[in-house]
Amino acid sequence: MTAEFQQSPSPSEVGFALGRRDVLKGAAALGGIAAFSGVLAACGGGDDAGSASGTIRVGSNYSNELPNAGLRAALDSLPNDDLTIELNEVDHNTYQEQIVAYLQDPPDDVAPWFAGFRLQALASQDLLLDISDVWTDGLDDVLSGGFKQASTYEGKQYFVPWTYYSWQVHYRKDVWADLGATPPGTFDELLALCETLDAAGVTPFALGNDGRWPAMGTFDQINFRLNGYQYHVDLMAGDESWTDDRTKAVFTEWAKLLPYTQSEPNGREWNDAAQALVKGEAAMYLIGNFVGSEFPEDEADQLDFFPFPVMNDEHGLDTVEAPIDGWVVVANPDNEAGAKEVVAHLGTALAQDAYLSVDPSVQAPNNNVDTSAYNALQAKSAAAVQGAKNVTQFLDRDTVAAFANEAGQGIADFLAGGDIDAILADLQAKAETIL
Amino acid sequence: MSTGDDQPTISTAETVASSALDAGKAKKKRSQFTGNDRKVFLAMVGIPTFIHVAIVWIPTLLSILLSFTKWRGNDISEIEVTGVENYDVVLLGAFQGDTIQAILNNLWLLLFLFFGPTLLGMGLAYLLDKNLKGTRIYQSLFYTPVVLSLAVVGFIWQNIMYDQNYGLATWAFGGGDRVDWLGNQEFIFSIGNYGLSKNFLAILMAMAWRHTGYIMVLYLAGMKSVDAALRESASLDGCNEWQTFRHVLFPTLKPINVIVVVITVIEALRAYDIIAILNEPRNTELLSHLTTNALIGEGADNIGRGSAYATLLFLLCIGFVLWYVTNHYKKQENTV
Repeated sequence: MTAEFQQSPSPSEVGFALGRRDVLKGAAALGGIAAFSGVLAACGGGDDAGSASGTIRVGSNYSNELPNAGLRAALDSLPNDDLTIELNEVDHNTYQEQIVAYLQDPPDDVAPWFAGFRLQALASQDLLLDISDVWTDGLDDVLSGGFKQASTYEGKQYFVPWTYYSWQVHYRKDVWADLGATPPGTFDELLALCETLDAAGVTPFALGNDGRWPAMGTFDQINFRLNGYQYHVDLMAGDESWTDDRTKAVFTEWAKLLPYTQSEPNGREWNDAAQALVKGEAAMYLIGNFVGSEFPEDEADQLDFFPFPVMNDEHGLDTVEAPIDGWVVVANPDNEAGAKEVVAHLGTALAQDAYLSVDPSVQAPNNNVDTSAYNALQAKSAAAVQGAKNVTQFLDRDTVAAFANEAGQGIADFLAGGDIDAILADLQAKAETIL
Repeated sequence: MSTGDDQPTISTAETVASSALDAGKAKKKRSQFTGNDRKVFLAMVGIPTFIHVAIVWIPTLLSILLSFTKWRGNDISEIEVTGVENYDVVLLGAFQGDTIQAILNNLWLLLFLFFGPTLLGMGLAYLLDKNLKGTRIYQSLFYTPVVLSLAVVGFIWQNIMYDQNYGLATWAFGGGDRVDWLGNQEFIFSIGNYGLSKNFLAILMAMAWRHTGYIMVLYLAGMKSVDAALRESASLDGCNEWQTFRHVLFPTLKPINVIVVVITVIEALRAYDIIAILNEPRNTELLSHLTTNALIGEGADNIGRGSAYATLLFLLCIGFVLWYVTNHYKKQENTV
């Protein structure tokens, strides 16, 4: 199983602004955008190949080995011999830091990016090409509505979804069977379950918030379960207030879970918290699917998850948090037809299957990908996301990165027992300054 | 040798040679500099000065100018002058809390380094100066951490000392319980909403581990060079141990004291890496973190605010430098 979660979910990979360690590591290694390119001759030669020709440069921040190999495999499967693809590999963190500068004078036609708010932030600055026609010409048929929403800015699509994973409440089947526990359907049932687990001497929730990003996931879940998707998105965009009673309710509900959560989470790393789950010391862990990488190979099949339970019947389970990575076309590509053909290809089951065959740590959005290769958890996560009405990305992908930093600090203060009103007033002041 | 010299001077090749031999005489008259000397002098002073101004002062000035603007850091044409808005936000507005706590942390760090590692290092040096048995072993042990970068010190302490379950500090002081050394942001004592947090103190301890050895070596070198006759005469005059240290040894260590003050202040103001490597636990932020957080990273579209923080840090530094330079040179002049 370990091999199946090769992609290390460091903060920057899950979209955190930038891990401090990575800054230093980056400084220690060679700085700047160290780019080198390889030429991939597109092979294959189907008759239904696109009409475009020429050279397309694809930027890639897939610096890890498996994702990189997967991407090459996917690009190799492009059924158009007339298009030559040059892969321009850029350092992951540097790319994120310099994205706006990069897009203003892009060396590439097609570039990797994140769905949702951070996509919209770029689209609103006219840095991306409207690729709505790619959607109407095919993607609409093979992608569910949540993915389209996450790819859209002001009614136009700018993004082709590529891979994703979801945030869920993970648990161990064997531990739960011993405890006689079953997944709760509502928040009240969850609290009752916590009470039972606590009495049985098991910590109900594991939590490690070192780096201040993991607990953002809990905030997101409670907020969109309680207040709904739209409120969550508006709050992230600065259109709703942190001092609003509805926002405060998120924290008062969350406070009910804190006695049942591992104490002092701020100094614990997420993978140390995962160990508590692996060892059965903690019963549940709300985290991304990448938690599977912490399980020993022979125990991986014990890992399961359930969605964070219903808190408000109006919203039910209509939202899933699933950070989506994908592709954009830069505003003025040298070869527009070719660039559109490449991103359209990356949206196909053919390309995504080619990717998954190399890197099975994530799921692919296309409805027609070969899901028989998925393990049970991948399949369940995929089903949850495909069936969702709304897909959120993650707190730090759903708002301005600078504000996500501040929100992370506010949440850490809350976990340390800070006064909720004071924290929210501070966050609102910062939101007004930054957003 | 001095061809191309159009200034009438009394110098000849001979006098230049002799002045080179006798540095004392060369000082006497300015006119003894030949044209070549002047060129060498200008090059030696001019080139470093030029480089210094170009890579230190010009960026500093630009940074100060940027602190009065709003800019995302992309296109220069997007720079928007906003006056003192950044300072308003940082000192009085939404970020006031962060700024005050960061300045306080810098202050705690400074005070701590003076009253912790400096005194301890001086004490250790005094003991090791006594030629104890195995003194070299002790010296090496205390000095070893100094060769590590503070970032590495951070990793070592995070994993060996401060691991919540198995750390040495947890084992020694935890009484069998788990201790969240680096995550505990509660204040040990507070001044209003601010204070000295427990995790910051934990980090200070890690810094002391390295800084003490540094100070120790400086004082040890100083003490070794003190003339033995001084101590002898002190003991002949009937000084006790403390009196010898206070009135004989310490005054002769004045140059070392100056170096230690400078090093400590610099260390306290420039500290960054150890806290950054530990993911900047809450309430341990220093001014340097507020600066970089606004300048580096995808969210760093606040060149103006980052520059405002940097300017505050700069003012603290320059304040110290001015104080130091005026005092130091005034005293020198007085003693001459």
